[in-house]
Amino acid sequence: MTDATPGRLGKPPTRRPKDLLYSESFRTALYQVALAAGVVLLGLYLYQNVVENLGRQNIATGFGFLDEVSQFEIGERLIDYSSRDSYGRALLVGLMNTLSVSAAGIVVATVIGFAVGIMRVSTNWLLQRIALTYVEIVRNIPVILQVIFWAAVIRNLPAPRQALDLWGLGFLSNRGLTFLLPAAHPAHVWMLAAFAAGIAAASVAARMARRHREATGRYVDMLWPCIGLILGPPVLVWLGFGAPHELSFPERQGFNFTGGATISPEFVALMAGIALYSSGFIAEIVRAGIQATPRGQVEAARSIALRPRFILRYVVLPQALRVIVPPLTSQYVSLIKNSSIAVVIGYPDLVNIGNTVMNQTGQAVEAIAVMMTVFLAISLVTSLAMNFYNRLVAIKER
Amino acid sequence: MTHSAQIEPTGAPVIQMRDVSKWFGQFQVLHEVDLDVGKGERVVVCGPSGSGKSTLIRCINRLEVHQSGQIVVNGLELSDNVKNIEKIRRNIGMVFQNFNLFPHLTVLENLTLGPMLTRHMKKAAAEELAMHFLHKVRIPEQAQKYPLQLSGGQQQRVAIARSLCMEPEIMLFDEPTSALDPEMIKEVLDTMIELAESGMTMIVVTHEMGFARTVADKVVFMADGRKVEAAPPEEFFGNPREHRTRAFLDQILKH
Repeated sequence: MTDATPGRLGKPPTRRPKDLLYSESFRTALYQVALAAGVVLLGLYLYQNVVENLGRQNIATGFGFLDEVSQFEIGERLIDYSSRDSYGRALLVGLMNTLSVSAAGIVVATVIGFAVGIMRVSTNWLLQRIALTYVEIVRNIPVILQVIFWAAVIRNLPAPRQALDLWGLGFLSNRGLTFLLPAAHPAHVWMLAAFAAGIAAASVAARMARRHREATGRYVDMLWPCIGLILGPPVLVWLGFGAPHELSFPERQGFNFTGGATISPEFVALMAGIALYSSGFIAEIVRAGIQATPRGQVEAARSIALRPRFILRYVVLPQALRVIVPPLTSQYVSLIKNSSIAVVIGYPDLVNIGNTVMNQTGQAVEAIAVMMTVFLAISLVTSLAMNFYNRLVAIKER
Repeated sequence: MTHSAQIEPTGAPVIQMRDVSKWFGQFQVLHEVDLDVGKGERVVVCGPSGSGKSTLIRCINRLEVHQSGQIVVNGLELSDNVKNIEKIRRNIGMVFQNFNLFPHLTVLENLTLGPMLTRHMKKAAAEELAMHFLHKVRIPEQAQKYPLQLSGGQQQRVAIARSLCMEPEIMLFDEPTSALDPEMIKEVLDTMIELAESGMTMIVVTHEMGFARTVADKVVFMADGRKVEAAPPEEFFGNPREHRTRAFLDQILKH
């Protein structure tokens, strides 16, 4: 253990083995090797333990069970599924449900969060207090209690026969939210296509307006023209098809409704719980972002006579978004993970179905591994997308 | 303009302030301050910190709102009329102690934002104008950089160029060299001296007494929110009338 080369200046210092113990780099290396060895040993121990125990109990290992017939039904699904389908397809149904409730939750949480966050910095005392109270309530009650609360609220709504009538547009009952929908018609597909074309046209028009401003100095307000470009084509297509206005009204029939569309009570409760909980955090993130833009920035913008809406759009928002996006990412990721609370109110999300699969097959390790991998993948993709956006707008410092 | 009878907009003084008072809560920062600034005049405002000198010039482009008295700029009275405020701001450039450049925009974009959005200039013309003023402040090569990539002195010169791109008649400077390292003060002062020589109307809040002595037509001394003394530099430095002025000058000139 005398690999240290002694200095050549003057009398070489005598190196004793004890000196090595006091060497900073040696200690650092030693700790790392020790830690790595510990992790490997622990992993080996756990692996052997699992293999031995599974072997002793005659439990099969591997992912072959994914192809076996599941033999259970799932109440809520976005893709075709029956009890004759495989476990793998059952998990896929669960994944779709997780994604749909999370996506809806992210949209609702973002809209409410931004609105409340802006209210928090309002000069209107009443608005500000209302926003503050809202934030303190929704973010300080555990999310699982909130989900159970909303589930209880919906469960205690009247049965379909006495359902709350929402001005003829739909019903709110313990079967969930039922609402009217235009009756199926071939025009709808074309309207959707026209809508997409409208968005494309609007973005082209907005770019042309900017170029026009840069070329002539004249500012054209594109808000209303863009709204027209987006909404116009679908309306024209609708008129072109003879304005099909037949609606599918939900109607009470027996113990349930027919017609219209229904969102299940579990979906509504879970979505409301996780979305409202997150909206409190998002509101604080938005408030912090707006307040993080220094006062001097607004003053400088005023000193060159910019109007308030230009100050917001060209000076404050671009800087606030940079502060808002990174913590917003973790809120989105945590909202997606929170959706696994579905299990307590019986919404068939990935974790809920994973549990059933686990119980039926006994392959707990594999089932948990599938769930963990899927959640990890969703979260990483979300972070990746948000980081990409953040890199696009980052401020260059040197 | 409801009070136009009190001040005749003669055209000669471009800024007229009469009995301007302002409070921050209970605390009165400005006590009935009068100030006239003629076209092309260079006024230096000095005084101990907390004397209200920054607040005074920030009232001129309404970054601060005065609560009583009158401020008339180029014959337009500052009130809560947003049209007048915009017209007045378009005519007044301002340079801040902390530069306040927009960090998310390049130097060139910092300079063209105002001309394009408020003066409706074409992009090409705005960029040409911006490059013209970057040449004036001698940093045309930094046009594509971001503000935080520049030194403090360079940032302040960009800030001066940004104000000049609005082609104002009046420039306000709020302690433009106070946040700078000593070796960068000179480059900013030189830029300001050139600007003064070009005939710009300037009001400068500063502790740089050398600048005041050589450039100013009038030096205003403020203390506790009051205008204590205003005189040409020779008189102000050679023979100050008020004892508070003398005490202040003793303190900052004795090094």
